[in-house]
Amino acid sequence: MAELEQRGDRTPAPSKWEYASAPESREIVTLQDRYGLFVGGEFVEPRSDDYYRTIDPASEEPLAEIPQAGPEDVALAVSTAREAFEDGWSAATPAERAKYLYRIARILQERSREFAVLESLNGGKPIRESRDVDLPLAAAHFFYYAGWADKLEYAFPHRRPKPLGVAGQIIPWNFPLLMLAWKIAPALAAGNTVVLKPAETTPLSALLFCDVLRQAELPPGVVNIITGDGATGAALVKSDVDKIAFTGSTEVGKAIQRELAGTGKKLTLELGGKAANIIFDDCALDQAVEGIVNGIYFNQGHVCCAGSRLLVQESIYEPLIEKLKRRLTTLRVGDPLDKNTDVGAINSRQQLDKIEELVAAGKEEGAEIYQPPCRLPEKGYWFVPTVFTNVAQSYRIAQEEIFGPVLSVLTFRTPDEAVEKANNTPYGLSAGVWTEKGSRILWMAQRLEAGVIWANTYNRFDPASPFGGYKESGFGREGGRHGLEPYLAFDGVESVGG
Amino acid sequence: MAQAPALPTGFELPLEPRLPRIGSVDQVAVEARATDLSRRSIKRETKLFALDLAVRMMDLTTLEGADTPGKVAALASKAVRPDPSDASIPSVAAVCVYPNLVQTARERVGDSGVKVASVATAFPSGQSPTDLKVAEARRVVELGADEVDMVIDRGAFLAGRYAKVYDEIVQVKEAIGETHLKVILEVGELGTYDNVRRASLLAIAAGADFIKTSTGKLSSSATLPVTLVMLEAIRDVYEETGRRVGMKPAGGIRNAKQAVQTLVVVHETLGLDWLTPDLFRFGASSLLNDVLMQIRKQKTGSYQSPDYFTID
Repeated sequence: MAELEQRGDRTPAPSKWEYASAPESREIVTLQDRYGLFVGGEFVEPRSDDYYRTIDPASEEPLAEIPQAGPEDVALAVSTAREAFEDGWSAATPAERAKYLYRIARILQERSREFAVLESLNGGKPIRESRDVDLPLAAAHFFYYAGWADKLEYAFPHRRPKPLGVAGQIIPWNFPLLMLAWKIAPALAAGNTVVLKPAETTPLSALLFCDVLRQAELPPGVVNIITGDGATGAALVKSDVDKIAFTGSTEVGKAIQRELAGTGKKLTLELGGKAANIIFDDCALDQAVEGIVNGIYFNQGHVCCAGSRLLVQESIYEPLIEKLKRRLTTLRVGDPLDKNTDVGAINSRQQLDKIEELVAAGKEEGAEIYQPPCRLPEKGYWFVPTVFTNVAQSYRIAQEEIFGPVLSVLTFRTPDEAVEKANNTPYGLSAGVWTEKGSRILWMAQRLEAGVIWANTYNRFDPASPFGGYKESGFGREGGRHGLEPYLAFDGVESVGG
Repeated sequence: MAQAPALPTGFELPLEPRLPRIGSVDQVAVEARATDLSRRSIKRETKLFALDLAVRMMDLTTLEGADTPGKVAALASKAVRPDPSDASIPSVAAVCVYPNLVQTARERVGDSGVKVASVATAFPSGQSPTDLKVAEARRVVELGADEVDMVIDRGAFLAGRYAKVYDEIVQVKEAIGETHLKVILEVGELGTYDNVRRASLLAIAAGADFIKTSTGKLSSSATLPVTLVMLEAIRDVYEETGRRVGMKPAGGIRNAKQAVQTLVVVHETLGLDWLTPDLFRFGASSLLNDVLMQIRKQKTGSYQSPDYFTID
């Protein structure tokens, strides 16, 4: 409640105006105490007989027991997917496949509030984001690839596209349902069947998605969802699948690539990033500040393409940093289910430890830290939005992916220097360029080694736009026509007119 | 050595402390930010606070060719006591009328503390010779106006004659002395957010106490992104010079929800200091009754018929 304060000759201005809490109701979500593995259209008990607890990272309350699938469970899921592929899915007409994808998209839209609440509950992200970003984009991906399902011949003319068979897919915890959509939609559109493993800490939206699959009457076995930790993922990589699609850390990606070398299995990797968000002195300053905030504090910085390295032209450095710090004081950190929350909970204890370790390293190396005054909840995993200034290119916080709400600020003098610093990283997933000068945007885009480059915006996604990395950020593209290719085999070039 | 061109007469841009660079505004991003802010969920006592504030910040306005002393007297009475059935409802900030009705309004508001604002300078078009505009502004003060809402010369602005726009504001300011000056940019005619920002900084540099979006005579007026752009200009000036300039969105804010959204934008852009009628006003005619209705809803838990709120 606001309090009034008399000041001199002026009409009283309030000394505070705190917004009343506006929580989205949890009632819409019904959780089971214990889940099974989704294999062949049914929830089955794991043969491993092993379970773990998934929690709400904002309160550390346990939410449900989740199966830890063992090698036997993985093998069963893969053979079920193989049967479904051979017994009908590969022979289904393309329009039939499209029909199911459209159904899934519509059901996701209809149940979007339920999914949004669950996504925030299990992952810690603000409901504002799961409601306005994750869910609309997930549905959009299914709509988009539904449209391609019966047009593959046109997407790849003269190349006779055919499905690969069974796709093994391993997704991360930062956008659980959206990453599931990125993986499953193109795989099904291309005619494959799927075994998908959601991340250990965020399995619930994938398990609720099984309900959507049943509602859509997707033939049993076409999509199988198995839960578990890294060991389950490793078993899936070793199993009899035709393709692995992985989104996650560069370290695990490298291990997968080593494992698959020589097996003939196809592989796409979408890995880490340390993106440069480059601010030129002629940019629209207030909007650039919004872009910086959206670039690094969106989803608590748990974004592989986050703009975690801010490169600022020195001539604009001081006013920009002042504006940025001021803006940080208005960020609302707290209950992910509150509609006014801007920054939610860190996804897990493990991730919080990693962020804290790197932030401590940043301080030790001599960077200057800024954190706005901020009251954090007592329980749960939280980290205050942080800015490091005076960062040198050699510091760990400028080199390593923090995957948290931590921004490292560096400066540059000329466009050439901006490009040089931006590219000076083993990663190459994304970059941002802020300038009013159109020609400079194109000049920069040609030189930046990054799969996605945003101009005067950041963290914008569209199913029609391919997404993927350079260098150690991975290979293969998701989204767009490009996103179909990793799920297809080609006969080669037909002779023209033949 | 080439010499820098002299600044135009009267164009005394203070160089130290200096105004912020004019810079530019990105349309897509500023609209996205405004949309984000409009999604803040403001409930219960938080909302009641905002609604009460909105009443205290209101410039209750009538600017019609058909305005008569009777009409203005009724409006002024409403300004002093917006809801006779609820003593806790404060008076509004001001009544805003045409020059011919200033005296009527003055008499009716008396010593209630409600200010009388008059439009001036060939409102709404501003297409008159400068000396007439200055004379008009001076005259409305003599007639008893506490505040003058002047329009800028958009014809000159769009023709790139910024110095003329600037000089006029300076002259009006000089003519009305200590009287509170609000400068209307008429954003609907400026065409771009870049122009809105430029005009805002120009008006502030020339001495505006307040900058105001619109005359209320155009369909496109005080949208949330426009308000945001002007608030950011005010913020930049404050941070560079320490000078506090007020803001008045006018036209287009018709219901309580829009008013609350606007206050959220003010709060998150400029902070608590601007949440006072000294630095923020709403120019509106139909907004007041909706706000009163919402206040009663918040207090009693149910909506009442519009018949219970006076039409003035």
